[in-house]
Amino acid sequence: MNLAAALVRPELVCPAGTPAALRTAVEAGADAVYCGFRDETNARNFPGLNFSPQELTDSIRFAHDHGSKVLVAINTFPRAGAERLWQEAVAKAEGAGADAVILADLGLVAHAAAKHPKLRLHLSVQAAASNPDVIRFWAETFGIRRVVLPRVLSVPEIAAINAEIPCETEVFVFGGLCVMAEGRCSLSSHATGKSPNMNGVCSPPSHVLYKEEGEDLVAKLGGFTIDRTPKGVAAPYPTLCKGRFTAGDYAGHVFEDPVSLDAAQLIPPLIDAGVTAFKIEGRQRSRAYTQAVVAAFRKAIDDHMAGRPIAADMTRRLAEGQSTTAGAYKKTWR
Amino acid sequence: MTNPSLVLGPVLYNWPVDTWADFLARVADEVDVDRVHVGEVVCSKREPFFADRLPEVIERLQRGGKTVVVDTLALVTVKRERQLVADLATIEGVEIEINDLTPLATLEAERRFAVSPLVNVYNEGTLGWLAARGAWSVCLPPELPLASVRELAREGARLGVETQVFAFGRLPLAISGRCYHARIHGLAKDSCRYVCAEDPDGLEVDTLDGEAFLAINGVQTMSQDCATVIDEIDALMDAGVSSFRLSPQTGDMKAVAAAFRDRLAGRIDGKEALARLAGADLKVPLGPSMMSRAWTPANAGGA
Repeated sequence: MNLAAALVRPELVCPAGTPAALRTAVEAGADAVYCGFRDETNARNFPGLNFSPQELTDSIRFAHDHGSKVLVAINTFPRAGAERLWQEAVAKAEGAGADAVILADLGLVAHAAAKHPKLRLHLSVQAAASNPDVIRFWAETFGIRRVVLPRVLSVPEIAAINAEIPCETEVFVFGGLCVMAEGRCSLSSHATGKSPNMNGVCSPPSHVLYKEEGEDLVAKLGGFTIDRTPKGVAAPYPTLCKGRFTAGDYAGHVFEDPVSLDAAQLIPPLIDAGVTAFKIEGRQRSRAYTQAVVAAFRKAIDDHMAGRPIAADMTRRLAEGQSTTAGAYKKTWR
Repeated sequence: MTNPSLVLGPVLYNWPVDTWADFLARVADEVDVDRVHVGEVVCSKREPFFADRLPEVIERLQRGGKTVVVDTLALVTVKRERQLVADLATIEGVEIEINDLTPLATLEAERRFAVSPLVNVYNEGTLGWLAARGAWSVCLPPELPLASVRELAREGARLGVETQVFAFGRLPLAISGRCYHARIHGLAKDSCRYVCAEDPDGLEVDTLDGEAFLAINGVQTMSQDCATVIDEIDALMDAGVSSFRLSPQTGDMKAVAAAFRDRLAGRIDGKEALARLAGADLKVPLGPSMMSRAWTPANAGGA
């Protein structure tokens, strides 16, 4: 580790699907919590999740009282003819005292920069800003202060980006793993007619069907078979890009195995690569999960900052039986 | 209203360079389209094979009376890719089409540009910002519903920006850092042996039940259906769409373009146009656009 990096304490950014989960994350050691409004303005628009404006105001007060920040994700792409809903979400977030908003849409970023000059702007992973040129474009044109990097980059590439840009970077270290460049994938739209970019849902439960066929349990999405398991074997949730298909002579997981991201061991090189913040995916997960994952990553970062190694098995059991991967951070993943 | 324009998109697949050059020479001489796109969109590893031939192909197309548009890469990460994008933005005598926002970092303020369907233009705010920056044509993302197309076409007309839709071809659905062609052949992307060249229309991905679903093209994922809006032309023109993009597939693209031209001019109806496409020697199955797919029973909510 170099000396300059040793002085910088990275920020742990944690998910909250509900006010209760936000309190849990704050108490478990989150430096910042991200959340969204209960509508199509955010990319985790699932029933029973997210915040009303009043809940957000109360939650931000709680977080600030405990020394944590709140980042509000307004990171779907506004629907033509209805941009006002997204613009109002930005105004409500600022009014509630949010420390930053996380945006993806060019038009909405331009609006926020013009109308809310004091509001700190983060660029969502959904904007898939994947190189120093485009990041400089966002930072210099709109005053973006932090970019959440798409999950297509290796650690050396992240270091190269940080050496050239005038703003902070945030990277995912744990949870669900998009294998496509985020915000640039309509696979789920193709199968279900519901768009991740517009409706904030990917492989939505409303379009999932489990069906017994002979000795098999078939998991379908929008009518398409995504996986097939023998009865009695736990059937995976039919997330489209983790399904099994055939292509030429190949049969299996064409896009990605049913793995989730765990980059806990890469925290030291990512700090050396100049990353400011580490993000945990999973606003749709339970409070118990949030508590366990946030606490584990709090300890991982604190151990590293204190010069102790990050325990190898600390986060593995949190993946709930799933295999994990370091994803694109290791170049061989590609 | 002026006549709608017919545009041939960039070849998205890894065709042998001679096949590619011969195809575009035929386009220059015989295919009735107003504009032709060239340039590698999907994978920077393919680009060196085409770079030397690009000037002659551009010249040939221009001599054939076509407006030439050069496309930039869709996913730009490493230095060589950034340099490629910056270099393309300086080519004189052609139009530029951006496939992500990276070129805006280097494109001169007075240089106008087209916007590809891989750029997220979902609303008037984004369209307006791009128009002010120099966008003169926007091909909308294929997943947009007709109501959004109508709103954007209206705003485009007000701003003087052409509204284009993806009218024919396997739909570009996703782009990734990972190469799926390499993956299913047990190879790494960095030593891929260019296996994507084995599949000039991409490689079909079927469900375990044998149902047609997707196709892979290196780092790109596409629809398996060759989606077409040829039987939805009236609704799209009524919505204000003024340009239609045909994405090259193997088969008789001259016949495809002719069918579209006749349909746009009202010389044939949608049914006859579909029949003409069906006879165009395509190697991929024809299918409906995403716009109309969104209303199939399985997708109407609660499969």
